[in-house]
Amino acid sequence: MIKSYKARRVIANTLIYIILAVLGIIWISPLVYMVLHSFRAEGLATVPYLIPREYSFQNYIDLFVNTGTLNFPRWYLNTFIVACCARVISTLSVLMVSYAFSRLRFKSRKKFINVGMILGMFPGFMTMIAIYYLLKAMGLSQTLVALVICYSAGAGLGFQISKGFFDTIPRALDEAATVDGATKNQIFWKIILPMSKPIIVYTILTSFIGPWTDFILCKLIMGDNRDNYTVAIGLQLMTSLEFKSDYFKQFLAGSVLVAVPITLLFLKLQNYYVEGVTAGGVKG
Amino acid sequence: MKYIDYKQLNPFQKFAYNFTNFFKKLPGRVAAFFKAIGRFFVRLFTGIGKGVANYVTRFIKGDWTVKLSYVVFGFGNMMKGQIIKGLLFLATEVAYIYFMISFGFVYLSKFGTLGTVETQQVKDGPFTKTVFGDNSMLILLYSVLTIVVTLVVFFIYIANTKSAYKLQQLKSEGKHIMNFKEEMKDFLDGKFHITMLSLPVLLIAIFTILPMIFMVLIAFTNYDKQHMPPGTLFTWVGLDNFASLVDITSGAKKGVTFLELTKWTVVWAIFATFTNYILGMIVALMINKKGIKLKSLWRTLFVITIAVPQFVSLLLMNQMLQTNGAINILLSELTGQEVAIQFLNSTPLMARVTVIIINCWVGIPYTILSASGVLMNIPADLYESARIDGAGPVKQFTKITLPYMLFVTGPALITQFVGNINNFNVIYLLTGGGPSTENFYQAGYTDILVTWLFKLTMNQQDYGLAAAIGILVFIVCATLSLITFNMSKSAKDEEAFS
Repeated sequence: MIKSYKARRVIANTLIYIILAVLGIIWISPLVYMVLHSFRAEGLATVPYLIPREYSFQNYIDLFVNTGTLNFPRWYLNTFIVACCARVISTLSVLMVSYAFSRLRFKSRKKFINVGMILGMFPGFMTMIAIYYLLKAMGLSQTLVALVICYSAGAGLGFQISKGFFDTIPRALDEAATVDGATKNQIFWKIILPMSKPIIVYTILTSFIGPWTDFILCKLIMGDNRDNYTVAIGLQLMTSLEFKSDYFKQFLAGSVLVAVPITLLFLKLQNYYVEGVTAGGVKG
Repeated sequence: MKYIDYKQLNPFQKFAYNFTNFFKKLPGRVAAFFKAIGRFFVRLFTGIGKGVANYVTRFIKGDWTVKLSYVVFGFGNMMKGQIIKGLLFLATEVAYIYFMISFGFVYLSKFGTLGTVETQQVKDGPFTKTVFGDNSMLILLYSVLTIVVTLVVFFIYIANTKSAYKLQQLKSEGKHIMNFKEEMKDFLDGKFHITMLSLPVLLIAIFTILPMIFMVLIAFTNYDKQHMPPGTLFTWVGLDNFASLVDITSGAKKGVTFLELTKWTVVWAIFATFTNYILGMIVALMINKKGIKLKSLWRTLFVITIAVPQFVSLLLMNQMLQTNGAINILLSELTGQEVAIQFLNSTPLMARVTVIIINCWVGIPYTILSASGVLMNIPADLYESARIDGAGPVKQFTKITLPYMLFVTGPALITQFVGNINNFNVIYLLTGGGPSTENFYQAGYTDILVTWLFKLTMNQQDYGLAAAIGILVFIVCATLSLITFNMSKSAKDEEAFS
């Protein structure tokens, strides 16, 4: 009896290993394809076989040297600057809003939370046209400042996860500090923030990744001002009909260069992500 | 039915019971939703009534300084020693009056018509000169801005009367009146929420709420290619845009397109949500099964695809699915003959199925990620006691794992459904809405409502129609989300399981 049970478990586990391996290959292969072909030396946009025959760094070199028409290094720098600025503003506003909603008690707090939730459900790009004209009226269209504003202005609405985190910190700590004569301001800086390292890292990383991946808004704001593009629209431009045949390999190389740092950040983020989703997300 | 009776049913009867019960309760739930909306309005109006009553009482009971501060902002504060605060109130009033005279009023007066003076070409000797008339677009935008500013100033005005009256009360009771420095200090303690919220709220007001009001208003205008400022004017048309969306008589392309795309959007959202949820959960269970080694390796293998920016993987997928792309090459090598399947451009069905399958590739890792967390959170003693009671692995799954997962991730499922209704990236980057067709108004077979909206704004400048679609999508999504929110609130008693 015990033997057959053991045997059954071994069979089941082997089956699972096989399924996982097959699925893993399916999931990882497009990325392997991308990396392999970004080093491909021969051929133009596509070749009629899967594994490249010759490898070189030429595509990467072209990406940084051939900057006449499509200036990839410049886009990379743009994105980096925008991401850094947006990250500071949005992290601050997320933490401020969620602290206020979680720890402070004031009139119409519930109403604010509900309004925030409903606003968050609005399809974002519906308002983009209006934002575009607003930025134009401010004289900011086609600038990087406009992008920073766009990526960080609405950040306060994403308070749920960090609010969920703050909710789990015992209120007794606040009370003890208040008894000792600390103001709410001091409690925020000296007690809550030092205890919230995971959620701060989570917020910083997500807001840093945002500008690297968004492209709808950026496309609308930048229009044809290619100097101020971010990598997302830059890469999309490379796959457009006009450039695809000459730039497809460079597109792959560029994609790798964008994906690698984001992937590293993300793997660091992963633990926090699991924590955030389960601890903060469900409680609402 | 009592609990004991329910327990004695066989599984099929249980399912039937739950099923009918769900539909029996559904009208009640919907009714409760509308009742809640009704209650909201009742509360709103009684709130306004109370506010007006208080406003009048304050005026009657106040002394002359309070009465004067109903006209001159901050007068009460200044007379009672709060000079800086009073001056700030006064400065607000002066700035507002200047703003209205120099800017706001000009636009607000044209708000009803959205401008009457057309831009014209005037002959000036040998050349034609363009004389710009009214710009409907700017009139609408600045009018909304003026209204928002007016509302803000109105709240400051009310705060000013309240503060003046409160000072009078404090003085008559002989209590201490805070000076400016003390008041500033209070912003770091008692009124800390104002300090924390003002900047984010300001940003949200300007870059989320203002554009939102603007776009809602656009839905009631005929802003499109033929009415494009600054060249031509556009004006209010009432519900015409909504009417053209529900008009499905033959020959009315917009209505037909809306109907067909709505159907597809629903089908897409259902398939995209449930394939991801069920398949993702199965994979997560396999990874988390006891005895499977290298758990973090397997998880990382899937999760790494999330890390690659979505636009990169989708653009890549798009290229791989072309007739000369990697997938056709792979199929050719496997079968030994030339294969050139048109995944995205042949029949609607083919394209739609492809999109749903590719979406699995995109979405399953997310499910794995969140499900793994929940699975790890299931208290181990539940399983232990189940084993002691003699439950096998299947029974453990159906009685512990599955109920727990549904309990915790149920609300997230509806959130995901809403997310898929708005899933712009997958459709737009993968197919661009194709295969294109003449039967639809500016849309292809795989376009969902939001991508159609995007195309209408970007390529056709049909702003009015697009805004109308956006409002309808928003109403559906917001309703679903609010119901979820209430459900998760009622299911908040998470102690039930641990």
